[in-house]
Amino acid sequence: MPAWSQAPAYRAPRTADGKPNLNGIWQANNSADWDLQGHAAAQGPVYALGAVFSIPPGLSVVEGDEIPYLPAAAAKQKENHANWVKMDPEVKCYLPGIPRATYLPYPFQIVQSRENIMMAYEYAGAVRAINMGAPTKAPADSWMGWSNGHWEGETLVVDVTSQNEDTWLDRAGNFHSEALHVVERYTPRSADVLNYEATIEDPKVFSRPWKISMPLYRRVEKDARLLEYKCAEFTEELLYGSLRKKASK
Amino acid sequence: MMMHSPLVSIATLAVMLAGSALAQNPGRGPGSAFHSTGAAKAWTAPRTPDGQPDLQGVWTNNTVTPLERPKDLIGKEFYTDAELAAGMKKEHERLDLNVEEGRPTEPGTADDVHYDFSEYGLDRAQTKLAWNKRTSIIVGADGIIPPLTPEAAKRRAEHRAKARGHQFDGPENMSLSARCIARANVGPPLLPAAYNSNLQIVQGAGYVVIEAEMIHDARIIPTDGRPHIAKNVKQWMGDSVGHWEGNTLVIDTTNFTDRNPFEDAQNVHVVERLTRVAPDTILYQFTVEDPGMWTKPWSGELPITKMEGQLYEYACHEANYGLVNTLNGARVAEAEAAKAGK
Repeated sequence: MPAWSQAPAYRAPRTADGKPNLNGIWQANNSADWDLQGHAAAQGPVYALGAVFSIPPGLSVVEGDEIPYLPAAAAKQKENHANWVKMDPEVKCYLPGIPRATYLPYPFQIVQSRENIMMAYEYAGAVRAINMGAPTKAPADSWMGWSNGHWEGETLVVDVTSQNEDTWLDRAGNFHSEALHVVERYTPRSADVLNYEATIEDPKVFSRPWKISMPLYRRVEKDARLLEYKCAEFTEELLYGSLRKKASK
Repeated sequence: MMMHSPLVSIATLAVMLAGSALAQNPGRGPGSAFHSTGAAKAWTAPRTPDGQPDLQGVWTNNTVTPLERPKDLIGKEFYTDAELAAGMKKEHERLDLNVEEGRPTEPGTADDVHYDFSEYGLDRAQTKLAWNKRTSIIVGADGIIPPLTPEAAKRRAEHRAKARGHQFDGPENMSLSARCIARANVGPPLLPAAYNSNLQIVQGAGYVVIEAEMIHDARIIPTDGRPHIAKNVKQWMGDSVGHWEGNTLVIDTTNFTDRNPFEDAQNVHVVERLTRVAPDTILYQFTVEDPGMWTKPWSGELPITKMEGQLYEYACHEANYGLVNTLNGARVAEAEAAKAGK
């Protein structure tokens, strides 16, 4: 367990119905979306953007720093990495899936009620309602999957299934199949920090379950709020530019 | 769902809905007791654990009431009981006869391949409809969106003239809904769409979230008295702040981009009021104003009805084959026209 998560036991303030109060706007502050594993700084893909869009360095958020790929999947990850700009669904503003939504470089907001916990993400207007009642089964696979939650003491545990195979785990080409099963744990560490852990299981891609962990920080600014990042518009030239009418002579 | 209906603007929405008969299908689930604002005064709304009126759940504003009043009903705000019954009967017959969208098709025929609303549960009759005697969602004697100011009319005419003949030139020429950016049903104001008019409301301490299934737009409304964000930060859904007046959630929205579904409106201000008037009904009222756009404010009212089940993920942009095919089709048509012209 990484040193940062070994905090003394903390009891979070309670909601009116007696549960740990996770309401708020939260954000990871790391470069996990660039690469879950440890990575040095590197030149970005667009030379014209120089220092403002090159790749920041970061230490691993993967327990043991090893992602246990099966052999064929390891080759696929290398291919994804080599063709990152062309293949990453984030470049196209597609819904991010879980756990990637959590550590994208944008805030997300938790709105907590007894029956549902809504997690709304600034990126692409992604959203999921976590069912806090008796667990239910997904009616179909989807980009954001199907989330059933429950409380274990101070911890919100979310079981996520039925995600489609089209999302990635980061910009380094780490990926999964439609067999992905994610168990997330959100544990208040102090008034303004949550410990986040996600166990990732996918027998088609990985030889064993593995785990990522990181702190999530509260956006404590007075008047903090999610704004719109409706990025579909920003991908139109990329996705449809070749279909544009050519200027007539 | 990945299909798109060409919902371009509020005006288009009105046209689409105006074609519908007034109806509720008594054979498919109970109608609400909703008639008009005056009804069900005795209802006490349930409360959340922290004492707010509880608006939570999965809801639909699916209706056959058009946004604007049909021309032949100008001056008539409500149907009589007899007219309502006749309208319902007519709609019921339509469903029984399957003469419209719900028509079953012969496998293997051209009809069978054609877009069939009922196949995807998109026929309005396949989901719950709210009972409403109103002849239009817009209230008052006129029941229509008021005339544009001369400046707004000029602006719109110029824009439309410029757009004419270029609507398929590139993605930015297409409607916001075809581009999976914004939809008139999301608003605010929340208006019924031709299908998928489904909403989920979740309340946490100090916030109300209204999520529209189409296009997974979660509007997060703070109710702690904070002001609007800075004027220069414009958004597709604007910036909403709310407060409670008794059992009513009042939402004030400004900061709309001028590229909203209202077509070039510069300073739209929307006030919405949500009041749970019965266990399965929220009375939804709204007023829209922009002195630079319309000659006077306009207000509307419609019931929002509780429904079973959950929202589905409407991943619009991720499967936007419609936009690709439309642009592709336009290029092919141009190439063929050029060839024929030689």
